[in-house]
Amino acid sequence: MVRVDGEGNGGGLIRVRHLDKKYRRGSEEIDVLQGLNLDVEQGEFVAFMGPSGSGKTTLLNLLGGLDLPTSGSITVAGDEITHMSAAKLTAWRARHVGFVFQMYNLIPVLTAFANVELPLLLTRLSKAQRRRHVEVALGVVGLLDRMDHYPRQLSGGQEQRVAIARAIVADATFLLADEPTGDLDRKSADEIMELLGRLVREHGKTILMVTHDPRAAERAGVVLHLDKGALVEGSAAAGIPA
Amino acid sequence: MRFVGLVWANLARKKLRTTLTVGSFAVALFLFGVLVPIRGAFSGGTDVAGADRLTVINKTSLIMPLPFSYRDRLLGVPGVAAVTFATWFGGVYQDERNFFPQFAVDKDTWFDVYSEYVVPKERLAEFLRDRQGCLVGRSLAKRFGWKVGDRIPLRGAIFTGAWEFNLDGIYDGKRPDVDTSQMLFRYDYLEEQRQFGKGTVGWYVVKLANPDDAVRVAAAIDDGFANSPYETLTQTEKAFAASFAKQMGNIGLLVMTIGAVVFFTLLLVTGNTMAIAVRERTGELAVLKTVGFSDLGVLGLVLGESVLIAGQGGALGLALAKLFTLGGDPTRGMLASFYLPWSSIGLGFGLALLVGAAAGALPAISAMRLGVVDALRRV
Repeated sequence: MVRVDGEGNGGGLIRVRHLDKKYRRGSEEIDVLQGLNLDVEQGEFVAFMGPSGSGKTTLLNLLGGLDLPTSGSITVAGDEITHMSAAKLTAWRARHVGFVFQMYNLIPVLTAFANVELPLLLTRLSKAQRRRHVEVALGVVGLLDRMDHYPRQLSGGQEQRVAIARAIVADATFLLADEPTGDLDRKSADEIMELLGRLVREHGKTILMVTHDPRAAERAGVVLHLDKGALVEGSAAAGIPA
Repeated sequence: MRFVGLVWANLARKKLRTTLTVGSFAVALFLFGVLVPIRGAFSGGTDVAGADRLTVINKTSLIMPLPFSYRDRLLGVPGVAAVTFATWFGGVYQDERNFFPQFAVDKDTWFDVYSEYVVPKERLAEFLRDRQGCLVGRSLAKRFGWKVGDRIPLRGAIFTGAWEFNLDGIYDGKRPDVDTSQMLFRYDYLEEQRQFGKGTVGWYVVKLANPDDAVRVAAAIDDGFANSPYETLTQTEKAFAASFAKQMGNIGLLVMTIGAVVFFTLLLVTGNTMAIAVRERTGELAVLKTVGFSDLGVLGLVLGESVLIAGQGGALGLALAKLFTLGGDPTRGMLASFYLPWSSIGLGFGLALLVGAAAGALPAISAMRLGVVDALRRV
């Protein structure tokens, strides 16, 4: 159950309370997020929508521990991340968060296999174990036969699938996807959304996604709109209960 | 080790740039590898001088002789194990440009004192039998294509006249840095043939029973000959070689200066290359941090690239320099020895790694400090 009223019982996977984020541009202070509350349970697929500059990506960065809030708290799987040191936050991110970006952000000099293996290099897994994990992840996204290809040898949709494999390979607690279909044609975008939906349905993954695309948002179980720095519930897509 | 693949992949990203940077290191370290033997050659044997030997020269000047009669008095000084002597000959072989040092030495004691010279037993025996005999170093023989049995004519410059010698043998050094560019012939032949200076020698070399006694024995020798017509100046062979080398100017400082300039330039070139490399992949570094690479991890990756470039270039340059020096003195006789010791190769490699680390430090620190959110926004 996704809640934005701050009344959740705290038993969910993600719990955000009174989150404020201000930016300073010159002498001007901009309130991007104001008193934002959010509760997300394991296995939810949440889409954030809103106009440009509404703070969607900022929210994603805060949830992923890439940025720190001005005030408020974020608790993920029992870990309060807003007061963690930078080093602890990095380690926490490696263990709990899988990121999917609009521009895929694969390392161009590494093969699909090596790109997916990147998060595992930080673990204590042996080479053989890492190989098995990568093959499973690439199998889930249907690119096992492309593991030796470089990003330039893949289509946009394939690159995004490799990026998703990289996000799931270390069995992250939840995935954060920032406009995952923003740079894809309709067909590829549908395939990516189908893949993300399958990760939720079949693998129990929790996904929080920012998108401008209503068709992509329809695939999510819950659509939340960012309005004046706070979240407002939208319509739930069919098929996945919110 | 698990990150080596990532470092390699980044180096392979711009092959031409990486090759040129590795090449810069290779050229610099090749230069280092050639300058070291040149410095060694011009140090006049300072590095190879025996710690257990003293050189006794005329206090007035090296070119002033000492009486032959001093030999027995030197042998009587407590702490002296052996004494030998030599005289600079200064002959010309065919043409002035064919310079090489020639010394008239005491046939019976020279090789006892200079044990680092290796002469085959039968060749030494022949030298001892043959009054007109001479021994030449391996590099000198190679320079002029001499072989045992050849007659070597010299035109005397100090001791005038035509002199002829039989090449009885070729000596080698026990170590690669021993000077093998010299010609040694018998003092008794010089004494017999010369028109002046009979009964004198150029300088004495004293072998100590105990190297720790060097100061005491040197003082005893000089005190013993004080106020005589031939006062002496006794110093360790190392000090003697160093003062002799100084006559040619401070080659060591010159070489060090050239080396320092080259390494500093290399630092700037590599630093600039690494800075460009880091700036080009700001987004990728941000992605690495996003997936969990720590700030120190990113610092290590960038430093690793820089050090790997330096290591490859350094190894290549030093290997080429070693091969070059194995070919012998490229000046055909200007350099007494031309040898690149392994210790200098180690030093050069260490310097290369140090320059690599220093050059990569600033770009690595900027990569370490990179803010993920800002960097991702720029992708």
